[in-house]
Amino acid sequence: MSILVNKNTRVLTQGITGATGQFHTRACKEYGTQMVAGVTPGKGGTSFEGIPIFDTVARAVKETGANASVIYVPPPFAADAILEAADADIPLAICITEGIPVRDMVKVKRYLEGRKSRLLGPNCPGTITPGECKIGIMPGHIHKAGSIGVVSRSGTLTYEAVDQLTRLGMGQSTCVGIGGDPVHGLEFVDVLEMFNNDTQTTGVVMIGEIGGSAEEEAADWIEAHMKKPVAGFIAGQTAPPGKRMGHAGAIISGGKGTAREKIAAMTAAGIRMASSPATIGRTMQEAMSGK
Amino acid sequence: MNIHEFQAKEILKRFGVAVPQGIIATTAEEAKAAAQQLGGGVAVVKAQIHAGGRGKGGGVKVVKSPEEAADKARQMLGRNLVTRQTGPEGRQVRRVLVEQGLEIQRELYLAMVLDRAQSRVTVICSSEGGVEIEEVAAKAPEKILKETVDPAIGLAAFQCRRLAFALNIPSELTGKAVAVMQGLYRAFVETDASLAEINPLIITKDGQIMALDAKMNFDSNAFFRQKEIVALRDLDEEDPREVEASKYDLSYISLDGNIACMVNGAGLAMATMDIIKHHGGEPANFLDVGGGADKEKVAHAFRILLADSRVRGVLINIFGGIMRCDVLAQGVVDAARELKITVPLVVRMQGTNVEQGRQILAASGLTIISADTMAEAAEKIVTAVKQF
Repeated sequence: MSILVNKNTRVLTQGITGATGQFHTRACKEYGTQMVAGVTPGKGGTSFEGIPIFDTVARAVKETGANASVIYVPPPFAADAILEAADADIPLAICITEGIPVRDMVKVKRYLEGRKSRLLGPNCPGTITPGECKIGIMPGHIHKAGSIGVVSRSGTLTYEAVDQLTRLGMGQSTCVGIGGDPVHGLEFVDVLEMFNNDTQTTGVVMIGEIGGSAEEEAADWIEAHMKKPVAGFIAGQTAPPGKRMGHAGAIISGGKGTAREKIAAMTAAGIRMASSPATIGRTMQEAMSGK
Repeated sequence: MNIHEFQAKEILKRFGVAVPQGIIATTAEEAKAAAQQLGGGVAVVKAQIHAGGRGKGGGVKVVKSPEEAADKARQMLGRNLVTRQTGPEGRQVRRVLVEQGLEIQRELYLAMVLDRAQSRVTVICSSEGGVEIEEVAAKAPEKILKETVDPAIGLAAFQCRRLAFALNIPSELTGKAVAVMQGLYRAFVETDASLAEINPLIITKDGQIMALDAKMNFDSNAFFRQKEIVALRDLDEEDPREVEASKYDLSYISLDGNIACMVNGAGLAMATMDIIKHHGGEPANFLDVGGGADKEKVAHAFRILLADSRVRGVLINIFGGIMRCDVLAQGVVDAARELKITVPLVVRMQGTNVEQGRQILAASGLTIISADTMAEAAEKIVTAVKQF
């Protein structure tokens, strides 16, 4: 097993005719993901490299049985694309787009309440179950099928951690990027709960960063419920307060959201913390062997 | 993005929030004329810089006559004002706001922020106005009141009344309090603000509720639809290298150390700063070149890094996913040649086309120190900078 996506996942791309949508749809298809449909309003009836394109998500779902959507739509229109995916009851919508206004995401979150769709992102790399299904922009070749779950707010730092795991011989069950925006879909806790219930996953790497309190909430949940070893890292230990460190969500404000607080909370919850980003893989290895 | 107090007050006024009468001045003469225009009696001269703590730093002065207003303005204008938020070098004062003096009965606190845990806008208010809210949160958290706003409804009048009663605002002023709160909420939402803070919100002796100070920050993701807000940006208040970087869509933050770094991805960029520190060095900056950086972008980034005279070494850390290592390597080689880089340069690349990238670096004839892992890269740059 794995979480969120597997070899049976049927994926549609929203924004398939844009340069980014085309590039990554092709890369995911080459990886082996079932890319079954595309949506671009006004381009219905055409196709992209054999993938049929529809005007609406609802139509694409009806015709192709797509059960996951990946969104590469530009920021001014991305929130609407998420709403459309949710309206079509797509079980999983993954929004890669970076730069969506927070106000739009506040409305999207409200709309998602009580609906069947789950949202991953925005401003995230996506998710991958190695060897089965890659949805998003991560380089497929650094991953290896296995039993470590990875959940992270970051993109390239996740690749760094995955690369370390793979080099140490530890494959991954599923890797999930929840994204760097202050308002987003799936949280650490949601993904940790899925990993906890997944029979394939035997341990979890959790990578957080400064800003907000999601890591502290995850630490509380882990302490109370997690049955599997967890290794962690927090980026931004040297970040100054009040400055937005690239990600809209990565900002220390009013003295809250510092790396120090997060590391303390995670350590207290029994998470084995890597002191350097270069030792995330090794820290997971130690956590697994119980040393 | 931050704006000045006088700009925030102009926005609030448009949304029906009362503010004191005020006039902006850039010279002592203008300040004098402004004070005269405001009636010639008691006025307040306020330095306009993008930093808090102005009162304690000497940037807010009560004056009794237009002459005194001119004197105080002269003392402030052109000088650097140091507050606890500016750093020791302070910020140059280019304008002052001259405002009417008011008889204050009570000082309250009112703000709108995003509550990330709820994914909703939250109203925060307190009976303890005029002091920092963080201080109140630490000393008397029970004095902080909150209401979470349903985005489908907006800030409801009953929520505002609940806050007004809890703040002991006299019942004849409840209507005014509701108008101020709803006005501030509308200003927050319609301008795509990330913070709107009125501290203090005052009740005057003649029963007015007014924003005596105002601070607003904005969500840069919404700039495509907020042209009027973008026009309020004051580049004089920002770090020149950060302004330069933003022209090329580079995310750059200036720090205090001497090891410059160039990284792709915000998380990896923060982690790179952390690992430099972990190995005993000090990062000079945060720089995320983004996912799909091309040769030109790499060159611009390089130029910005090297413009910092404190820089004694450069660490490049790229995990190529979308970004190809050969493209990066070519960009680095071109820029290093063009800029005749003299400080040590360590390059660590992983991911797509890494072998071709390493060959380009090796064949360039430049003294580029290559590293395989992040740890190795950090050790090498810290050592090289110490020896440089």
